[in-house]
Amino acid sequence: MATATAGGAAQPGSPPAPRKSVLGTPRWVAVLFLLPALVLLGALVVYPIGYSITRSLFSADSSHFVWFDNYGEVFTNHDTLTAVKNNAIWVIVAPTVATTLGLIFAVLTERVSWGTAFKLLIFMPMAISMLAAGIIFRLVYEQDPDKGVANAVVVGVHDTFAEASAYPRARPRPNGDLAPSGGGAFTTKAPHEASTPVALPLIGILAKDLPDARPAKPPEQAKEGGKGVTGTVWLDFKPGGGGKPGQVDPGEKALKGVKVEAVKDGKVVASTRTADDGTFSLDTSGPVRLRLPSSNFAEQYAGVDWLGPDLVTPAIIGAYIWMWAGFAMVLIAAGLASVPRELLEAARVDGANEWKVFSRITVPLLAPVLVVVLVTLMINVLKIFDLVYIIAPGSTQADANVLALQLYLESFGSGNNQGVGSAIGVLLLLLVVPVMIFNIVRMRREARR
Amino acid sequence: MTTMDDAMAPGEAVASPPSERRDPGLASRIAARTGGGVLRVFLVLVALFWLVPTFGLLASSLRGPSDIAASGWWKVFSEPAQLTWSNYDKLLSNDTITNSLWNTVLITVPTTLLVVVVGSLAGYAFAWMEFPGRDWLFLVLVGLLVVPIQIGLIPVSKLFGDLGLFGSITGVVIFHTAFGLPFAIFLLRNFFAEIPRELLEAARLDGAGELRLFATVVMPLGGPAIASLGIFQFLWVWNDMLVALIFADPDSAPITVALQNQVRQFGANIDVLAPGAFISMIVPLVVFFAFQRQFVSGVMAGAVK
Repeated sequence: MATATAGGAAQPGSPPAPRKSVLGTPRWVAVLFLLPALVLLGALVVYPIGYSITRSLFSADSSHFVWFDNYGEVFTNHDTLTAVKNNAIWVIVAPTVATTLGLIFAVLTERVSWGTAFKLLIFMPMAISMLAAGIIFRLVYEQDPDKGVANAVVVGVHDTFAEASAYPRARPRPNGDLAPSGGGAFTTKAPHEASTPVALPLIGILAKDLPDARPAKPPEQAKEGGKGVTGTVWLDFKPGGGGKPGQVDPGEKALKGVKVEAVKDGKVVASTRTADDGTFSLDTSGPVRLRLPSSNFAEQYAGVDWLGPDLVTPAIIGAYIWMWAGFAMVLIAAGLASVPRELLEAARVDGANEWKVFSRITVPLLAPVLVVVLVTLMINVLKIFDLVYIIAPGSTQADANVLALQLYLESFGSGNNQGVGSAIGVLLLLLVVPVMIFNIVRMRREARR
Repeated sequence: MTTMDDAMAPGEAVASPPSERRDPGLASRIAARTGGGVLRVFLVLVALFWLVPTFGLLASSLRGPSDIAASGWWKVFSEPAQLTWSNYDKLLSNDTITNSLWNTVLITVPTTLLVVVVGSLAGYAFAWMEFPGRDWLFLVLVGLLVVPIQIGLIPVSKLFGDLGLFGSITGVVIFHTAFGLPFAIFLLRNFFAEIPRELLEAARLDGAGELRLFATVVMPLGGPAIASLGIFQFLWVWNDMLVALIFADPDSAPITVALQNQVRQFGANIDVLAPGAFISMIVPLVVFFAFQRQFVSGVMAGAVK
């Protein structure tokens, strides 16, 4: 396995050693067979390496020899520095997570009867373009929870566990008892006592937005034996007009679930929520000021800003993992098939539990495959371009920048500096040189065998 | 071709019922202990999680612009009447899109053929012919396997500019072919080298010339490797955006580039982007499902690319 993939070879074991020509092919025939490939490779792959190295030492208009200034630029310019940093995050996070998921999926699906269908599904995104995957995830990450499925889920979960703000945009009547007290809360100007029920009228909500609200019940004193400050919170608007401001008129709707706090000397001494008919009763005798805290009026939770400056790179890495976890899974599953079952059985007979068998035997035996998968993904991630270019919106493209994108922007976009572009290209090449050397050394070793 | 066989495991598993397989692994033991329920539920959830994004694209592509602007695609579950082909009708009467789809075919098919033919010729030469510097040259080729295409963008754009190829479909085809060759030659050389020598010698004794030997013995025997390579290369080029973005002018741009132009106004044009992306995915998905085995082995063999 390891042999197979580290070099991109199709077969493991020992590729046959180069042999003497047994067929007696004339040399000129060999030249003819090789010529098309050598011309294409020479002109479009080998020559560009030399050209790029040279070009990276010249200025933007290629008129001056500038030594390593372009490389200095790469590591000092703010945009390229972001790209370097993001590339580092990509190379560390994306392969690790994709390989871990691949390992988990490969192990778990091994003996599930529909494991093949599962693998096919997870592997499928490999077949589509990064452009299509990018568009798919632009849709997933759309900010509006009514459109983007990610935020629809996040907001749904959030609203299940956190109290949803009941009445965004509601406010008291101007010049009434309630006045803004900072931070979006409203507090009564006058202190209130148990003896006089309090009317807390709000406006700013459309009556049609409260289809299920019950009619408000006028504020009344606490029932006999009960003590405490009581009152009503309602929508002080009578459809069709004719209501008296500050007074509960027939047809006006109750605001249920509004949080009401009793404040004494700046401290909250009691708090409650209004009932279905808008009434509340606070367990305190006063005198207290009544406060409607800002949580009643906060704007609706809008979900996560997936493609904002902070999360755009992790979000795009998520899309990449969606595409490539299947690749890791398939390679690891193939490796898993060659793990000798007797070894696992023997360990189990010796009393090892499943976790021990997995971590002490399966994973070490899979180590070569895991390394191949990791290295392959790292090389792949190093050159990541399409996904970032498509998913990051213009406003956060700079925050999501990676080397291949910066190379494109510098050379063919707004940058107009092919000197720096070439330097980035050479940098990308240098980063894969260790793999190159490893492959060559291994081929030589095998050829000698 | 052991790995090729391993690679085909997903396909094989369909054929053999799980009960016939060797012996229980970790998964089945976990399954046995938890009654299988937890594991199954977990895997179903993962599968759904993987399916939802693609399904969202499909559902979005089948809703009219006003529905898209008003609500999320999951509304199709409660209001299936929203489903309509109108986006696709509009898209397929849009000349830019249909031209670009045709361009994708014009780029992908010749590239695939060229890579297979040029790669086979060289692979055969490396496997069975004797010439000075062969081993040394092959090591260079192994080195070229992981060269990032980014290194070629600037120099080749200059070169194509001088040759008058910049902007043309030919230029895109040549670039893809060149960067597909190291892997193609490597894969085919290793495969051809496994052909039994007696077969080749027998054909030679029958008086077959070099080209006939290549066409009637080597290529047919190389079928499996050539199929894997061809499918892998086909999908690689079909799905490419970067190379075409740089080397193709608007008239020769493939579908990926045409859609990419629309992404800047994302949000207002989902009725174009979603069906466009889906159409661009249809061919890869059909190829993927029809040729799973070859695709999987091609991807596995091409791991390091």
